[in-house]
Amino acid sequence: MATRWLGAPIKRNEDPRLLVGQGLFVDDVQLPGMLHAAVLRSPHAHARIRRIDVRRALEHPDVLLVLTHGDLPPSLREPLPKLIPHPDLKHHKTQYALAPDKVRHVGEPVAFVVATSRYAAEDALELVEVDYEPLPAVVDLEEAAAGRPALVHEDIGTNVAAHSVQRVGDYEAARARADLVVARRFVVDRGCASPIETRGVVAQWDPRARQLTVWDSTQAPIPIRNGLAALFGLAQKDVRVIAPDVGGGFGPKIMMFYPEEVLVPLAAMRLGRPVKWIEDRREHFVATNHERTQIHDAEIALDREGRILGVRTVFLHDAGAYIPYGLIVPIVAECTLPGPYRIPNYHAEFRAVFTNKTIVSPYRGAGRPHGVFVMERLLDLAARELGMDRAEIRRRNFIQPHEFPYDVGLIYQDNAPLVYDSGNYPAALERALEEVGYCRWPEEKARYRAQGRRVGLGFACYVEGSGIGPYEGCRVTVEPSGKVYVATGVGTQGQGHATSLAQVVAEALGVDVGDVHVVTGDTGAFGWGTGTFASRAAVVAGSAVHLAAQAVRQKALQVAASLLEASPEDLELADGRVRVRGAPSRSVSLGEVARAANPLRGVIPAEWEGPGLEATRYFAPPRGTFSHGVHAALVEVDPETATLRFLRYVVVHDCGTVLNPLILDGQIHGGVAQGIGGSFFERLVYDDSGQLLSGSFMDFHIPTAVEIPEVEVIHQETPSPLNPIGAKGAGEGGVIPVPALLAQAIEDALDDLELEILRMPLHPDALFELIQKASRRTP
Amino acid sequence: MKPPVFDYQDPASVEEALELLARHGAAAKVLAGGQSLMPLLNLRLARPEVVVDINRIDALDYLTEESGWLRVGARVRQRRLEREAEVRRMVPLLTEAVRFVGHPQIRNRGTVCGSLAHADPAAELPAVAVAVGARLVARSRSGVREIPAEEFFTGPLTTALRPDELLAEARFPCTGPDWGWAFLEVSNRHGDYALCAVAAGVRAGDGRIQDARLAYAGAGPVPVRLREAEAALVEHSDLEEGIRAASAEARRVLQPDGDLHASSEFRRHLAAVLTARTVRLAWTRARTRSGGAHA
Ligand SMILES: Cc1cc2nc3c(=O)[nH]c(=O)nc-3n(C[C@H](O)[C@H](O)[C@H](O)COP(=O)(O)OP(=O)(O)OC[C@H]3O[C@@H](n4cnc5c(N)ncnc54)[C@H](O)[C@@H]3O)c2cc1C
Repeated sequence: MATRWLGAPIKRNEDPRLLVGQGLFVDDVQLPGMLHAAVLRSPHAHARIRRIDVRRALEHPDVLLVLTHGDLPPSLREPLPKLIPHPDLKHHKTQYALAPDKVRHVGEPVAFVVATSRYAAEDALELVEVDYEPLPAVVDLEEAAAGRPALVHEDIGTNVAAHSVQRVGDYEAARARADLVVARRFVVDRGCASPIETRGVVAQWDPRARQLTVWDSTQAPIPIRNGLAALFGLAQKDVRVIAPDVGGGFGPKIMMFYPEEVLVPLAAMRLGRPVKWIEDRREHFVATNHERTQIHDAEIALDREGRILGVRTVFLHDAGAYIPYGLIVPIVAECTLPGPYRIPNYHAEFRAVFTNKTIVSPYRGAGRPHGVFVMERLLDLAARELGMDRAEIRRRNFIQPHEFPYDVGLIYQDNAPLVYDSGNYPAALERALEEVGYCRWPEEKARYRAQGRRVGLGFACYVEGSGIGPYEGCRVTVEPSGKVYVATGVGTQGQGHATSLAQVVAEALGVDVGDVHVVTGDTGAFGWGTGTFASRAAVVAGSAVHLAAQAVRQKALQVAASLLEASPEDLELADGRVRVRGAPSRSVSLGEVARAANPLRGVIPAEWEGPGLEATRYFAPPRGTFSHGVHAALVEVDPETATLRFLRYVVVHDCGTVLNPLILDGQIHGGVAQGIGGSFFERLVYDDSGQLLSGSFMDFHIPTAVEIPEVEVIHQETPSPLNPIGAKGAGEGGVIPVPALLAQAIEDALDDLELEILRMPLHPDALFELIQKASRRTP
Repeated sequence: MKPPVFDYQDPASVEEALELLARHGAAAKVLAGGQSLMPLLNLRLARPEVVVDINRIDALDYLTEESGWLRVGARVRQRRLEREAEVRRMVPLLTEAVRFVGHPQIRNRGTVCGSLAHADPAAELPAVAVAVGARLVARSRSGVREIPAEEFFTGPLTTALRPDELLAEARFPCTGPDWGWAFLEVSNRHGDYALCAVAAGVRAGDGRIQDARLAYAGAGPVPVRLREAEAALVEHSDLEEGIRAASAEARRVLQPDGDLHASSEFRRHLAAVLTARTVRLAWTRARTRSGGAHA
């Protein structure tokens, strides 16, 4: 092969188009006669709806439709579908398209207005009269678990949706043998994803063709299509869902269904005109899913040498008002907690609890940062108690490279055993420590101290479950032009699939990566698949792409063999041509091969398996694959102003075979930025009545280039044995260990204070309080 | 996030603008850079019947020096304060402070007078105005009045401007030769409104502080000048003692409200910390300017 595309740092195919503003995002969809929708949302966290009067809104001259719960067809009056059931999820309560008789969080949709412009639609929202009877709001997670001050769903008699226990070995027995037990309470507060593009839906109904077309800024267009077909009684072939360019997903855009995803199509069908709804940022804060609040009561039991005998975590998970997505986040949290360490005895137990807050579903990390925070903090505290070096305690507990596959003993989010496929944990840590100069750190730190500066070194290790099933598929087609078209069901939200997947194809077919056009997220182009989540696209779709491209390659060799009168074994693919090895003048272009594979007359040999240079393949991994990494950073703390500055940030990252290091670096940079945001800047703060106090970018502080350090990425490659390309997921590794790392770094910077960071995210005010309290404790 | 219906006027002259303000009074809102008004409109928190856009009024676009005062017309963008070297010479505190206002994109549109008229208690420029003793020129059809900065800010987002008045100009006194100025701020993220910000000026003479100015943003309902703390700086011949006393004074006197970003206690603490840091910086600069680097 002349060029090796796989693993090359290729600039993204999609960038020129996006950079000059030629992307197609949902709000760019303009259709003749299009109408605009707005949603009336509950101003209360918890209230009964006594009466809704829409008459004045309907009188507005620009208004065409006002919907409340009673106006919906029977299939939409029911709670929306349950996504991922689980035996422990006793009360799988899901959200409504429009609230029937009660609202359960601020922002829950109550009425839906369609007008000739968004302005008029918003004017009309003010004309809808809703008579609410406010109820006590369930805000505090522990109170909620105890059923106080009210029940979010009265009919189930509890706020606890699920109680789940997983055990490995016997923690109690291990504890009884331990030389040291460290127990603490850890809290991770709410956060949200904040993609640049908020959600949005455009729907068009063609009454003659009976075709519904929906543009949706979603991570899962195919499940959305399937669900819409079921709800509206249409054939799947008559519903086309397109997730065009999507301006960031990060998890919350895979829901099925957000109310607007059914209301917009319904309105388009009722009115016979296209309808657009674009979520504004204020809506986004309350109407797009959140993540993260968990309270962990955790402990670790060790022997004198710092070897882990067991870990226990008993935690509460804040599900928000409904739990459509099931138990994924708490399960991922408990399954990520053990990380790269051998933990012979483990007890994980959680309650998922309803509160009067926005629904929780996975957001980049999806429980992993919580698990890692708890585990890494426990090790830090244990090391301190044992007087042991914090790197050493980790070294003593790492799973070793020869121990793979390693069965953790738990059941993972895909209901399969949690078995690590491969990795090299000790090497990653040593590399990171070397890079930040850990062995020279005491002197370095003293030098800073002498200048009056407080600088801390922090690091944290993690394992990232990724690349789970069930399957993805791909069709690769070589057209007579010689260009290659690739269609797959996973959507793309900025991950660069149009490039990384194209590289897989270019590698197999010996074509230029620029000649490979990847279509994702259009059910009209490829109709089988699940979606982009759990860092699985490169692994699962990437493998399907590989299989399809290899099949096309075989076929190209077969067809070309007859054209060139050579045997397939003597042929090679390069530069968009099939050549006879050693006889470069005897060659034919891939386009010509494609044409020959689709003759107008004659016979197609049976071994071609049909016409054209085309193949479709599916890949269904046996189970997930596990990436891992170590982050290490130097953080300067100004103890007087309780503010931070990152001086260095190093990531050692192992996600198996690297398809494109540039794209991978971008994933990691973005992840670290989001991790830093979620650890120190961004906060969702609710008051006692369940009102979100930080519901705008004035108060929800996403860090900017000023706050985010340059991130140095080092790739370690331990391929996965579970898929043909050896890839592992890389979508979440950037965020996962950041809270743990930051806590350790701050404690190191302020090590003359008795300071324990047990809660994330921090922010200057919280850090100030910690410092004040610690100062008072030490004379 | 779409505004309700309003009437839009974009007069080309000050007279026309004043005429519109006189006619519509409290039902009208001036639109300058729009960096605060547009969000308020979009969030439907402001519901004016008429928006009077002053961006077409070229006569308000001037930045000039006159008899020891820097005059800033109502259409001057914040960015100009950073770009024109003369501003640093005349009112260095403005140059120091303006870089903390949002981001370049914001400052390219936002006006100096708009920030003053908007009167956010955590905003930087109002604190500067109070620190240096700026005078704000309000014009209406019935005449012109000059309001001292300290009387201009009457509460959070409220000023002494009457509904029919346009803040036509802000006047900042040019700094004296022996003065040094400093502005520091703590915010959660660069470009945010201050959790607390301090503007300090000191006049050096005979190796000590002869005169001082201290003003605070984010430390109360309006930007405040702390004369007690200023006096403490002048009274103590030892710089660090003076700083300690001034910081203690700031912590004692200021009564900022707490909110989700910072408790009242944290803000007072920051006020004290920043008092010390700004005064030290201002002192260094004053001594460099007055040429006396000796003790
Ligand atoms: C992302 C972002 C970050 C920001 N960060 C900061 C910050 O850190 N610090 C800070 O101080 N500001 C910040 N701002 C606000 C910015 O400085 C605004 O420019 C300023 O507050 C208002 O100036 P403007 O010219 O945009 O006024 P406008 O938004 O046009 O008007 C604001 C108000 O003042 C009135 N007004 C304006 N001009 C006059 C006049 N000449 N006479 C009478 N009334 C008038 C208007 O009627 C309106 O009520 C930020 C804004 C944004 C969008």
